[in-house]
Amino acid sequence: MQAYTTQTGLVCPLDRSNVDTDQIIPKQFLKSIKRTGFGVNLFDDWRYLDEGFPGQDHSSRPINPDFVLNSPRYQGATILLARKNFGCGSSREHAPWALSEYGFRTVIAPSFADIFYNNCFKNGMLPIVLSEEIVDKLMKAALAIEGYTLTADLERQVVITPDGEEFGFDVDAFRKHCLLNGLDDIGLTLQHSDAIKDYEAQMRQKTPWIFNDVRA
Amino acid sequence: MTGQTLYDKLWNAHEVSKRDDGSSLIYIDRHLLHEVTSPQAFEGLELADRKPWRLSANIASPDHNVPTVTRERAEGVSGIKDEVSRLQVVTLDDNCAKFDIAEFTINDSRQGILHVVGPEQGLVLPGMTVVCGDSHTATHGALGCLAHGIGTSEVEHVLATQCLVAKKMKNMQIRVNGELGAGVTPKDVVLAIIAKIGTAGGTGYAVEFAGKVFEDMSMEGRMTVCNMAIEAGARVGMVAVDDTTIDYVKGRPYAPTSEQWAQAEEYWRTLYSDSDAVFDTVIELDGSQIAPQVSWGTSPEMVVDVTETVPTPDKASDAAQKEGWERAYTYMGLTAGQKITDIKLDRIFIGSCTNSRIEDLRDAAAVIKGRKVADNIKEAIVVAGSGQVKLQAEAEGLDKLFTEAGFEWREPGCSMCLAMNADKLEPKEHCASTSNRNFEGRQGNGGRTHLVSPAMAAAAALAGHFVDVRDF
Ligand code: SF4
Repeated sequence: MQAYTTQTGLVCPLDRSNVDTDQIIPKQFLKSIKRTGFGVNLFDDWRYLDEGFPGQDHSSRPINPDFVLNSPRYQGATILLARKNFGCGSSREHAPWALSEYGFRTVIAPSFADIFYNNCFKNGMLPIVLSEEIVDKLMKAALAIEGYTLTADLERQVVITPDGEEFGFDVDAFRKHCLLNGLDDIGLTLQHSDAIKDYEAQMRQKTPWIFNDVRA
Repeated sequence: MTGQTLYDKLWNAHEVSKRDDGSSLIYIDRHLLHEVTSPQAFEGLELADRKPWRLSANIASPDHNVPTVTRERAEGVSGIKDEVSRLQVVTLDDNCAKFDIAEFTINDSRQGILHVVGPEQGLVLPGMTVVCGDSHTATHGALGCLAHGIGTSEVEHVLATQCLVAKKMKNMQIRVNGELGAGVTPKDVVLAIIAKIGTAGGTGYAVEFAGKVFEDMSMEGRMTVCNMAIEAGARVGMVAVDDTTIDYVKGRPYAPTSEQWAQAEEYWRTLYSDSDAVFDTVIELDGSQIAPQVSWGTSPEMVVDVTETVPTPDKASDAAQKEGWERAYTYMGLTAGQKITDIKLDRIFIGSCTNSRIEDLRDAAAVIKGRKVADNIKEAIVVAGSGQVKLQAEAEGLDKLFTEAGFEWREPGCSMCLAMNADKLEPKEHCASTSNRNFEGRQGNGGRTHLVSPAMAAAAALAGHFVDVRDF
C-alpha cells in the first residue's frame, strides 16, 4: 500500500450530505473482475447525462456540465471536500477504489459512514473529520477562490490552509501508523516474515507432506 | 492440564505467533481458488508487486460459472455464453498461468466443485488448515481439518503471506448417538441438527460432530454434514480422524506415499478430542429418531420430517419466528398445515458440494431403478460434483439409469445450486434440491427451493411430489 504522509492538493468542493456508495460507484460496475477501472465511473450518475454500463466507451458520453467534478477549475483535484455522512450505504470496497483511482487520496467531511471510513485506510486513503463549521468555511473558500489548495499533514494531524491556519483532526494511532508507513494488513503480516519462515522450517520436519509440490 | 479438543490441537499446530490484541497469525496449509472471489485478490497482489508466498499451497478450478450442458461444455471456455461469466473463468486461467498456480481447467477430468475435488484428489489431507473464498469450505473438516471460508481481501492475504489473522472460536460438540434408520442419510442428519439448533446456533463456534452416527458414517457422508455447518452458523465443522478417514485418504493422487505416508498416518491418528477435553457447549441428538427431512421455507432451519405438515403459526416460538414463517408461506406459495407430501414439484436438482459425490449418485440411482420421472416434472438434472465423480458414475452405469428414467446427465459444476450459470428456476417453480441453501431467489429469481437428500429428491422426481423414501 502507498504510504500517506503529507499531501498538498487542489480541493474539489462536493457540497452535498449523505453521499452514498451507490452514488460513488453505481452497482452495475461491481460485476467487474478488477480492482481498477472504476475511476471513469466515479459518481457516474452525476457525471454523465446518459446511463452508464460496464465496458462502454466513455470518451463519447455526454458530460453533465453542472457537476462540480466536470468543472475545468477543479481538474486535477486530489482532496475531496463533502458534507456529513459521506460514504453511507453498502460495504463495497469499490467506492474507495473508484475515488483513489480518480485521484482523490484525501476526503474531508464532518462525518463518514463506518465501513467506508475503514475501507479508505485499507486503500491508502485518508478520511479526515472536521467540524461542520470548519467544513463550511473551507467549502465556501474552495467555491470562491480558484485554485484553492489545502495541505493534510498526517504526522502532525492537521489540515493547513493557504494562509497558514491549522485545524487539528483525530485518527486512531494504529491506523495512523499503518498509513504513514504504507502498511496494509498484508504488509503488517509480512513484518512477521521471519516467524512464518521459522514456522515453515519446523513444519517441513514435522509434516513434510504439506509442502509437496502440487504443480505436477 | 485438561485435554484438548480436536479444534484446540489444530489451532495450536498452526499458530505462528500471537498478537497483542488477542488475535493470532495462523498458518494456512491449503488454499483453494475459484473464479468468482479471486480476481481482485490476484490484482491486488500484482498492484502491490507481491508474489504468492508458497505456490505449492494453492490449487484452482473454475466451478461456479461453468456451463453443465455437454454441448456448450465441449467448446471449453468459449462455450460460456454470458460474457461476464466467461471473463471470470478466463481471468482465473490467466492468473493461474501468470502466477504459476496449479489449476484444473474447465475440461480437465479433475475439474469440479472445489469442495468435491480437494478431498477426492488428496489435495486436502487430515490435519490441514484449509481456506477458500467460499463459505462451504467447512466441508473439509470431515477429514479432521480446520477449514473455513474467507473473503476476497483474505484470499489476497493468504496468497501473499500464507497466513490469516484470526481469533480463536469456542468449542461445540454435536453428538448424534444411536443408529440411523433405513432411508435416513447424512443430509437428513445435518438438516435435523439445523432444525434443532437454528441457523445461528453455531455462531462463534468451531463445531465437532461426534457420536456413533458419525463413527459409522462414510467419509462422503461426513463431508455432507460438515458442508452445512455454516448453515447452522458455524464457520467450522469437523469430525475426528479414524480408520474411515485414513482408508479414504490412502492412494489418492496427491496423498503422501511410503515413508512420508507412515509419518503422516502416525500424526493423523492423534487428531481427535481427548477424552477429558472440555467443550463450551454440547448438544445431543438421538439418531434413531431422525426421519427423512424436507425444508418447506426460506431458511435451512425451516425443516420438518417428510411425514409432517408445514408448521402452523401458533407453533412458532416467538413473534419474530412467526413473522418469518408467514413471509415464507407467501414466498413458497404454501399453506400452513399443508402436508409436505402434497407439495408438487416442477424441477429436480441432484448436485452441489453438499450432495454430488459418488455415494450420493448411487443413493439416488438406487431409488429410481427402472422407473420414470413423473410427467409434471419439467426438468430433472443430475450434476456430478467433479469430472472424476462423473467418470466413476458412468463406469458403474448410473448415467444410463438416470437418463432412461428421464433425468438429464450434466457436466460437473455448481450449476443450479446458486444459478450463476444458465441453470435456473423460473419464478414460483418448486424444486427438490440436494443443495444447501433455500434462501429467496437462491436458485433463480422467485424460485422455491426444498432441501432434501439425494434419495428423497429421486423419489420426488418419480412421484412428482414429495414422498417418504422409506415406503417408496
Ligand atoms: S455447489 Fe453451491 S454452495 Fe457449493 S461451492 Fe458451488 S455454489 Fe457454493
